[in-house]
Amino acid sequence: MNLSGCNQHRVRGFGTIIAAIVILGSATAGCDKLGGGKKDGSGSGSGVGPGTGGQVVDKGPIKVGHYASLTGAEATFGVSTDNGVKLAIEERNVAGGVKGRTIELKTLDDASKSSEAGNVVQRLISEEKVVALIGEVASGSSLAGGKVAQQFGVPMISPSSTNRKVTLGRDMVSRVCFVDEFQGYVAAKFARDDLKMDKIAILFDQSAPYSKGLGEAFRNEFTGMGGKITTEQAYTAGDADVSAQLQTIKTSGAQAVFLPGYYTDVGGIARQARKIGITVPFLGGDGWDSTKLTEIGGDAVEGSYYSNHYSFDEQRPEVQEFVKKYKAKFGEVPDGLAALGYDAARVLFAAMDRAPSLGGRDLATAIAATKDFPGVTGKISLDANRDAQKQAVIVQVKGGQPRYVTSIVPKGWPEPTKTPAGGSGSATGPGSGSSK
Amino acid sequence: MTDKDRTRNLATRVAELHPNPAAAVGRSAWPFVVGILIAFALQVGVAPMLGDFYADVLLDIGVAIVLAGSLNIVNGFAGQFSLGHAGFMLVGGYGAAMVTYYGSIKLGWVPADAQEVAVYGGFMGAGDLLFLASCVIGGLVAAAAGLLVGLPSLRLRGDYLAIVTLGFGEILRVLVQQTDEVPDPAIAADASAWYAIGHLGGASPFTGLPSYVSATPWQQDASGNTPGHAGIFFTFVIVAILVICAYRLKISAKGRELLAVRENEIAAEAMGVDTARAKISAFVMSAFFGGVGGALFAHQVGNVLSPKELGFQKSIDLVIMVVLGGMGSITGVVMAAAALTLFVELFRPFAEFRMPIYALALIIVMIVRPQGLFGIKELWDLGPWRRHVIPAWRKIAGGWLIPRHEERLPIAIAKRLSTERVSSEMPSEPDPSERDPSEPADKPADEPEGKP
Amino acid sequence: MNKLVQTFVDAIAVGSLYALTALGYTLVYGVLRFINFAHSDVFTVGAWVSFTFATAFGWAATGSPVFGMPIILLLAMATCAVLGITIEALAYRPLRRAPRLNVLITAIGVSLFLQNVGQLEWVFGNAQKSMPPLVEDRSLFTVAGVHIRLVTVMIVVLAAILMLVLEWLVFRTRLGRAMRAVSFDERVASLMGINVNRLISITFGIGSALAAAGGLLYALKYENVSQPADAKWVLLGLKAFVAAVVGGIGNVRGAVAGAMLIAFVELFGAAYLSPHLREIYVFVILIGVLLFKPSGLFGKAVVEKV
Repeated sequence: MNLSGCNQHRVRGFGTIIAAIVILGSATAGCDKLGGGKKDGSGSGSGVGPGTGGQVVDKGPIKVGHYASLTGAEATFGVSTDNGVKLAIEERNVAGGVKGRTIELKTLDDASKSSEAGNVVQRLISEEKVVALIGEVASGSSLAGGKVAQQFGVPMISPSSTNRKVTLGRDMVSRVCFVDEFQGYVAAKFARDDLKMDKIAILFDQSAPYSKGLGEAFRNEFTGMGGKITTEQAYTAGDADVSAQLQTIKTSGAQAVFLPGYYTDVGGIARQARKIGITVPFLGGDGWDSTKLTEIGGDAVEGSYYSNHYSFDEQRPEVQEFVKKYKAKFGEVPDGLAALGYDAARVLFAAMDRAPSLGGRDLATAIAATKDFPGVTGKISLDANRDAQKQAVIVQVKGGQPRYVTSIVPKGWPEPTKTPAGGSGSATGPGSGSSK
Repeated sequence: MTDKDRTRNLATRVAELHPNPAAAVGRSAWPFVVGILIAFALQVGVAPMLGDFYADVLLDIGVAIVLAGSLNIVNGFAGQFSLGHAGFMLVGGYGAAMVTYYGSIKLGWVPADAQEVAVYGGFMGAGDLLFLASCVIGGLVAAAAGLLVGLPSLRLRGDYLAIVTLGFGEILRVLVQQTDEVPDPAIAADASAWYAIGHLGGASPFTGLPSYVSATPWQQDASGNTPGHAGIFFTFVIVAILVICAYRLKISAKGRELLAVRENEIAAEAMGVDTARAKISAFVMSAFFGGVGGALFAHQVGNVLSPKELGFQKSIDLVIMVVLGGMGSITGVVMAAAALTLFVELFRPFAEFRMPIYALALIIVMIVRPQGLFGIKELWDLGPWRRHVIPAWRKIAGGWLIPRHEERLPIAIAKRLSTERVSSEMPSEPDPSERDPSEPADKPADEPEGKP
Repeated sequence: MNKLVQTFVDAIAVGSLYALTALGYTLVYGVLRFINFAHSDVFTVGAWVSFTFATAFGWAATGSPVFGMPIILLLAMATCAVLGITIEALAYRPLRRAPRLNVLITAIGVSLFLQNVGQLEWVFGNAQKSMPPLVEDRSLFTVAGVHIRLVTVMIVVLAAILMLVLEWLVFRTRLGRAMRAVSFDERVASLMGINVNRLISITFGIGSALAAAGGLLYALKYENVSQPADAKWVLLGLKAFVAAVVGGIGNVRGAVAGAMLIAFVELFGAAYLSPHLREIYVFVILIGVLLFKPSGLFGKAVVEKV
C-alpha cells in the first residue's frame, strides 16, 4: 500500500503543517503585492507608482528605446526603421537636443518574434530606464510590447504597425502611420475611380495578420463601392509555390490581382503569375515597399501599383531633404519604413518640446495632441484613437522604380492638389543605389 | 505469551497497520503546502527584489518549466518521441482564452463599449478563480487532444511517431489560422460556443484577453489599475503541482510501467505491462499540463496568443530543454528550462550571433554529454550528492526527508561511493521509535555485512 | 481543361523536386536510421551557393553561356557533398552509438546553425536575392493552352536522370551493395570487410549532392534565393521526408512514388479543394498511410526479433 510514495519519507506529521499555516498567516500581510485592481498605491514594490513610467531624471541625456526586428524573418524592416530613427536623433542632437539635453538611443532586437517583444520592452523600461519607446513594425510585436508599455506608463509610438487593435484602449500607445482599414479604402478607391475596374481577385498571406487584415479591408471597401471580388485565394509566407492559387485566379476573369503581402513573397508570386499567363496588373499595399522589390520581381511587377506611406520622388521639400540626408549617411535611398521611423522620432521630439515634463502621462498626452506635424510621410495628425490621419500615396513601378502617381486622403478631407511626379535627375530610386 | 496477549498484540498490530487518516493526508499534502509557500515567497519577496525585468524573466522560467516538465512525461518517462507539444499549448491556450474572454463577458464584468476584457477583481477574487478554472479547462481540452494524438503511438515508433505528432501540431495550427477575427465584447456577448470556436483570430493574435499572469502585479498603469495578478505565484504553484505529481508518478508503479515501456517495449509487454494504456496515459497527462502551460502563456502580460508563435519551432525548443536536462529527470529538466530561458535573455545584446552560439552549444553538449545533464536520474541520485550532501544533512536533520533506500546501502555500494571513510557511512541501527508503523515490529535489523 | 493540365504539369515539377530531396533523406535513413533534419538546410545552402557561384562568374548581369548551368550544378553538388561529409564527421559520427533522440537533437542543432550562419551578412545575408537566370526560361511548347517551360522540363528530366543514376548505383554497383548491406546490419557488414565509416561518409555526400541539385532547380524555378531562419524551411524538407516515409523508407523507388503522390495531392487539393489548407494535406496523407500501412506503400513490414 503505497500512499503515493510518501511513506518513504519520514515526516514529523502535523508539525510541518501547523508551521506552514502560521507562516502563511503571517505572510498575508504582503497580500496587496499580489495585485488586486486597487486604485491606491501598493506599498514598496519597486518604487513605481501610477503612470510614472521610466525614471524621470532632470539632467543628463534623454534615453529613448527602440525595439525592432534586427534579425529573423523581418530583419530588413527593423534595420530600415532603425536607420530612420538614428538619422532623426543625430539631426536633433546637432540642433541642440530636447530642452538642452542630448538624446540617447538604445535599440534591442526581438528576432521578429512577438513573444520576445514583450520581454524586450520590459527590459528597455526596467533596465535601460527609457523615457519613451519607438516600435514596432509588425503588429503582433506592437500588440505585445504595447501591453507592457501601457502597464508601466511609458509612451510608445509605433512607426508602421497598421492593425487597428494596436492603439485601441491604450492611451500610452500611438502610431504615425495609417491603419489597414484606411489602406484598404485607398487601394479600393484607386482601383475603382482611377483604374475603373470592377472585378478584382485577392491573393493574401494567411499567416500574416497584416496581409489578412488588409485583404479584408480591401474586400469590404471595394464591394461597398460596387465592385466585385472574383476570388479570394491564400498562400503561406515562405511557401513559394502558388501555382494552384494562380490558376484559380486566372480562370476567374479578374481585371487585376490585389496582393496585400510582403515584398519578399510578392516578387516571386508576380513572376510565377506572369509565367502562367496572367497579364493583368497587380495592386499592393505598403508591404511591397522595399528597395528589393524590383530586384526580386523583375519585369513581373513592372506597371503594378501599390499604396505607400511616402514616395521618394514626391517633390515636397521635406521629402527631398530627407532623401538627401539619408543617402549621405547610409548610402541608399530610404524606403517607407525608414521614413516612418524618422517621422516617429521627430513627432516624439516635438511632443517632448511641448510637454510640461517628461513623465509618462504628460508625454503621452503631448504626443496624442500632435496636429499637422510636417512629416516626410505627409501631414501627421493623431486622432482620438491616437492613429495618424494622413494621406496615402499610390506609386507605380515604372522602369524598375516606384514612381509617384497620386495621393489619396482620408474620407472627409479636401482633395489634395496633385503634385507632379519626380523630375529627371533629382533622385535615383531604390535598386540603383548601392544597396546589396 | 498468553492467548490474551497474543490477540491483543494482534489487535494492536492491526491498528498500527492502518495509518491514521489525518496523518496520511498530512503526509500526502505537505509538499503541496510547501510548494504554495515557496511560490508565495517568490512572488512577494523575491520578485520585487529582482526588479521588473528579472521578475519577468522569472515568470518566463516558470512557464518554461511547466511546459518542459510536461513534455518530460511523454518524452522522458514513456520514451515516446513527441514533437507536437506546441499543439497542446495551442489547444490549451485557446481553450483557456475562450473561457476567460467569453466567460468574463457573459458574466457581465465587461462594460458594453469596452475594447478589451480587463482583469477583474482582487487577488483570488472572482476573476482569478475564472482564470484558474480556465487553466484547468484548457488543460482538459488539451488532454482530449492528447488522447487523439496518442493513438498513433500505438502503431508507430521513434522517428515516425515524431513526424506524426509534428503533423498533428501543424494541422492544429493551420486550422486555428483559418478562423476569423475575435469579436469585440459587444458582439461576443451573444456568441454561441460554435461561433467562439470559429472566431479565434486566425493569424492575428487573440487580442483583448485579460492578462491575469503578470510578473509585476504591483505595477499599476496610468489609470491606477493593475493589469495583472500574481503571475509568479500562480505559475509556481502550478510548477510545484507538476513537479510533485511527476515525481510521485516516477516512483510509483505506474511510473515504473512507463519507464519500462521506454526501455524496451516488448519486454515490458512480456512482463504484463499494458503498453497501450501506458503510452496513451502518458500522452494524456503530458497534454494536460502542456495545456495548462499554454493557458499561462496565453494570459501573460507580454505575450500575444497567435498560432505563429506556437508552431514547430516552439516544439523544438521544448524538446531541446527536455533532452538537455536529461530525458526523464525532473530536476534536470527544471534546471535546463531555467538555463535556456536565461540564455535567450542574457545573450540578446549579441543579436545575430546569439542563435549560432546557441546551435553550436547544443551540438557540443549532445556530443560531449549525450544523456543530458542528469540522464534519467534526479539531482539527489547523483554520486556527489549522495557522497557529500546526504551525510552532511544527516548530521543536521537526522533522517528527515532522506529516502528510505538511502538508509540501507549495502557496504559494497557504500564502499564504491566513498573512498576510505567506510565506517562513517555505515547506517546506524534505526531508532525503533521512528519506525514506520506499517512495518512489522519484529523485522530483523538489516545485516550490516551485505553480500556484494 | 487548362487548369487541369496546368495543375498536372506543376504537380510533376514539384513532385520531382520533392523526389530529389526525398532520395537524400531515404538514403541517409536507410544507412543511419535517423531523420537528418539538417537535410533541408543543405538544400537551401545548395540554392544560395549556386547563386554565389553564378554571381562570382559574373553571369548575373551578362547572362550565362550554355554550359553555365551544368557547371553551376556540378559546383553546387560538390560543395554540398563536402558540407554533408563534414557535418557527418563532426556532428553525427561521435554519436553513432548514442540513442536516436540525441542524434536528432544534434541534427536540429546543425540545422539551426546552418540557418543562422547563412543569415550572417558576410555569408549570404537575410535579404532575398534574385537568382541569375542560368537558362532562359522560354516556353517550349503548348498543351491545351498551357505553356510548358524549359525550366520545368529541365527539372523533370534532371530529376529523372539523377534518380536513374541513383537506382543504378544502389542496385548495380558494389558500392550500392555495400550501402544496402550497411543498411541491413552495420556490424555484420563491417565484419564482411566494408569500411563502414567511409561508406557512411559517401552516402551523406551523395544525399547532400542530391539536395543541392534540388536546391538549384528550386532556385531556378522560383527565381529567388533566400536564407530563411525559421522552421518553415524545415517544413519544406519535411514534406520530402514524408514522401520518403509514405513510399517506404529506405526504398528508392518508393521515395519517388511517394513524392509524386504527395505533390499531386497537395496541388490538386490546393487547386480544387481549398488553398488555405494546403500545408496540412501532406500530414493528412502521412497519418492515413502510416495508420493503415505503417511500413509505407512500398515498404515491407519488418518483423522485430526479440
